[in-house]
Amino acid sequence: MNVGTALISVGLLTMLFVIAVAIVRMRNLFAIVMLSGTYSLISAAWFVALDAVDVAFTEAAVGAGISTALMLGAMLLTSRTAKVERSLASLAPLLVCIATGAMLIYATIDLPALGSVTSPVNAYVGAEYLARTESDIGVPNVVTAVLASYRGFDTLGETAVIFAAGISVALLLGFGERSLTASMKDKSGRGRKL
Amino acid sequence: MNDRHIILRVISKFLIPIIVVYALYVQFHGDYGPGGGFQAGVIMAVAIILYSLIFGVPAALEAIPAGFARGLASIGLLLYAGVGIWAMMNGGDYLDYDFLVEEEEGGHAGQHLGIILIELGVLFTVAGAMVTIFYAFAGRVAEIRDEDW
Repeated sequence: MNVGTALISVGLLTMLFVIAVAIVRMRNLFAIVMLSGTYSLISAAWFVALDAVDVAFTEAAVGAGISTALMLGAMLLTSRTAKVERSLASLAPLLVCIATGAMLIYATIDLPALGSVTSPVNAYVGAEYLARTESDIGVPNVVTAVLASYRGFDTLGETAVIFAAGISVALLLGFGERSLTASMKDKSGRGRKL
Repeated sequence: MNDRHIILRVISKFLIPIIVVYALYVQFHGDYGPGGGFQAGVIMAVAIILYSLIFGVPAALEAIPAGFARGLASIGLLLYAGVGIWAMMNGGDYLDYDFLVEEEEGGHAGQHLGIILIELGVLFTVAGAMVTIFYAFAGRVAEIRDEDW
């Protein structure tokens, strides 16, 4: 990793840390939803700095885009501010976080350097895919070739999971049109405009 | 809400078609650059969700009925699974796109066709499922109240 990438990484990670602290300290749910969208967008920028464009794209679309919109929808169904917790009760989660973080940092000592050719990610099956995609699939983007063709069965499973998630939420919360007419009826006394 | 937020309405009216076109670009350029069915489906769903946030869920339900979104999600999964069955009927393994079309050894037409079809299936399922989830949440509250902005 050269100096420029390292500086960008440190800058982006500092911004992520500041946003995380702000989210923890805030009580206004609307602001928290917006900040978590910003958090996803900055992590997407960081993934670009690490040359993981496909991951960055997904993070920007899913994390910053749809999650924010869905969280807004969920927030509208509940109250606008989080309850203030007793400071002693939040001590146990803090300890768990610090312990997990310390273990993760300890684990990074064994990780290979970023982009190292001898690292397991680049050496075995990854190198195989890079070498064979051109003749097997004929698609320039190796990520697409792996997702759609080599691992097509996995992607079918993921698609089925998303389908099941959509259907389950619809079954639990009610299909849009029916619950919408119900909620419009509730409001008819108060008038259409809120 | 409709007499207020005129800037939001004008800007999003201008942005929503661009978002949809961008989703299609991400979909069909997935073989060459980053992106594919998942991302395109999510971007497509975001366009519809933005529309319903600004113009209200009833207007969005008129344009994209909830039943259509559910049907789209089912059709996408069936399309994906169907490509696998099609490959089996032509004598290959499940989802082995080489058997989709007759071609000489080393040709990639079958792989290209298979990838385009299953990415379309992913696009339909992701867009349909995301819009369905959003309708399930937002169908209960008609719109964001003015004091929340």
